[in-house]
Amino acid sequence: MESKVAYDNDLNLKATELRLGLPGTDDREEQALFSARNNKRPLPDTSKECGSKKNSDAQHVDNETAPPAKAQIVGWPPIRSYRKNNLQPKKSDQAEAAGIYLKVSMDGAPYLRKIDLGIYKGYPELLKALESMFKFTIGEYSEREGYKGSEYAPTYEDKDGDWMLVGDVPWDMFMSSCKRLRIMKGSEARGLGCGV
Amino acid sequence: MNYFPDEVLEHVFDFLTSHRDRNAVSLVCSLWYRVERFSRQRVFIGNCYAISPEKLITRFPGLKSLTLKGKPHFADFNLVPYDWGGYVQPWIEALAKSRIGLEELRLKRMVVSDDSLELLSRSFANFKTLVLVSCEGFTTDGLAAIAANCRFLRELDLQENEIDDHSGHWLSCFPDSCTSLTSLNFACLKGEINLASLERLVARSPNLRSLRLNRAVPLETLQKILMRAPLLVDLGTGSYVHDPDSETYNKLKTTILKCKSIRNLSGFLEVAPRCLPAIFPICLNLTSLNLSYAAGIHGSELIKLIRHCAKLQRLWILDCIGDKGLEVVASTCNELQELRVFPSDPFGVGHDAVTENGLVAISIGCPKLHSLLYFCQQMTNAALITVARNCPNFIRFRLCILDPTRPDPVTMKPLDDGFGAIVQSCKLLRRLSLSGLLTDQVFLYIGMYAEQLEMLSVAFAGDSDKGMLYVLNGCKKLRKLEIRDCPFGNMALLSDVGKYETMRSLWMSSCEVTLWGCKTLAKVMPRLNVEIINEHDQMEICAEDGQRVEKMYLYRTLVGPRKDAPEFVWNL
Repeated sequence: MESKVAYDNDLNLKATELRLGLPGTDDREEQALFSARNNKRPLPDTSKECGSKKNSDAQHVDNETAPPAKAQIVGWPPIRSYRKNNLQPKKSDQAEAAGIYLKVSMDGAPYLRKIDLGIYKGYPELLKALESMFKFTIGEYSEREGYKGSEYAPTYEDKDGDWMLVGDVPWDMFMSSCKRLRIMKGSEARGLGCGV
Repeated sequence: MNYFPDEVLEHVFDFLTSHRDRNAVSLVCSLWYRVERFSRQRVFIGNCYAISPEKLITRFPGLKSLTLKGKPHFADFNLVPYDWGGYVQPWIEALAKSRIGLEELRLKRMVVSDDSLELLSRSFANFKTLVLVSCEGFTTDGLAAIAANCRFLRELDLQENEIDDHSGHWLSCFPDSCTSLTSLNFACLKGEINLASLERLVARSPNLRSLRLNRAVPLETLQKILMRAPLLVDLGTGSYVHDPDSETYNKLKTTILKCKSIRNLSGFLEVAPRCLPAIFPICLNLTSLNLSYAAGIHGSELIKLIRHCAKLQRLWILDCIGDKGLEVVASTCNELQELRVFPSDPFGVGHDAVTENGLVAISIGCPKLHSLLYFCQQMTNAALITVARNCPNFIRFRLCILDPTRPDPVTMKPLDDGFGAIVQSCKLLRRLSLSGLLTDQVFLYIGMYAEQLEMLSVAFAGDSDKGMLYVLNGCKKLRKLEIRDCPFGNMALLSDVGKYETMRSLWMSSCEVTLWGCKTLAKVMPRLNVEIINEHDQMEICAEDGQRVEKMYLYRTLVGPRKDAPEFVWNL
């Protein structure tokens, strides 16, 4: 059976195509069209399906209609892998496949965990993930008093080997300087945050 | 012309150095074909699967120098799976069995094993030149075999290969009797090097003119090497880090003054910027400078260095030079012919990156510019139109906007008109890579004006099959077309099937072409290999003709479907 794709040009699907922008705004239409096109699956799925898997693929991809600048596209920008791997060894650890994996220890826990810092967009997400991973609650953060209202304080070891309180510096700076995490408990924890 | 003896014809053909000229000559008549084939020494094969080693050997028994290319270009960007193919082994085996006296082998994007290198090193007594570019599959053990067995080796040139580094002992495998080296490039090796062996090797190679070191070679060794090889023309430093107040550094400064022949400089894989002044004295003579791996040199130091390089013809640099730095290049390097600006932070926010302003400045200051590779944050139509007017001599124009569908940020329009100006103005354009927001219109321009275009790379562009049709119909000299993530489908693919026999290859990935389209093409054109790369099991389970093909690579060939294709590559 022939694909219907070949006849798309005659059917003027454009007139009935779902758009992401307001009607009548040409440039934005084009942008939206291109955003959709980046994911390379037509909104009306014209090709024959092979069961449900393909459908879910299409849906999954539609959900990722992020602006291209943020999404990492395979093979883009077109730089030789050799060059990408050899230019900035530190950077490539972060930007390439593996993400930023860091050890997380919790005082009193028998073994450590590892998290990928790269998947979090900021402190709230990170702290929530830690809370759920280790089944505890972190208190409220304030610049003056650190984490109030709980026995625990999330800390990290920075590039210079010093133990710092999580949350003091901007997220980007934290991402690039954090070497490992430790959730301190009890008196040690309280000592770090408050001035008392 | 039948009244010329063969020797005269042969002598005339000797003056033809380009492959194309010799190919053309061989088509004139059977006599010329015969004379040409027996006298041909250098052969270039752009796609190793277009012909077989046996046919090559049969036709050119006098072969001395062979160049082979394997994987498609997009393999550079991880779009082709590992194990796709491109093995050099069958070629070396066939050549070794024959009576061919191979002297030079140049490979690009091929899989080379240690066994291949070992066989190569033992099979050709007069082997002189090995150049490997973007190859993989071998280790330093293979290099050791080359070093040990090729008694008259002149060139060992390793460019950007992925080599498993087992140790630095391969350098020690060059026998003491080996004094013929003219060129040694091992910059891409990641491991340690036996420094004493290196120094001794350089000391006994009086003809050494090109030397590119890897990261493991420290500045002290560089100084000692330069003492032994003051006639070097091409130098790639390894690690260029030292205390600028030290004696070693002072010695280096003095030594470099003696190296008056250096014209190409590269390396600085690790660099202490305070040590750069040592090279200022040779900068004036440089015609080629490659700092694209020198991430340690930043804005102002880079600019200071460039101000010394007035005679540069080729410059490869990172975008941390910025637009301001490019203005300095424009005012200093008026002889510039080739410029490549690589991204220093491909996935980052790109504070240091360059924009259209840098390129415009270059076009004003460097009218001789003919080759460009430019990674930038943004580009405008106005800038491209200005560049086209200032530099009508482009042969290669590759623009890569980091956000692949970004429009002109000033007008928010597609970049069709800008690229249109480039192809209209640059009548000698042979290679073009597009990026940014682009509609079918840009392809209309390309088809209309790019008469000499041989290679076109397209990504995230176009609106419909018309785009691809404009190019296929208009660009008569097109040889390589590679397309990704564009809405081109079966209609465009099948409109002029004969065209593909005039081209080396066509790559289409993440487009609208379906299995039916590919099968149809394959059926009608038996002298094309139409290969589908499919990495997901889906296709095997239910390969419906209506299903879109993720990756298609087709190429003309005289030897039918290849027998070394892995499971995930289907030849239709």
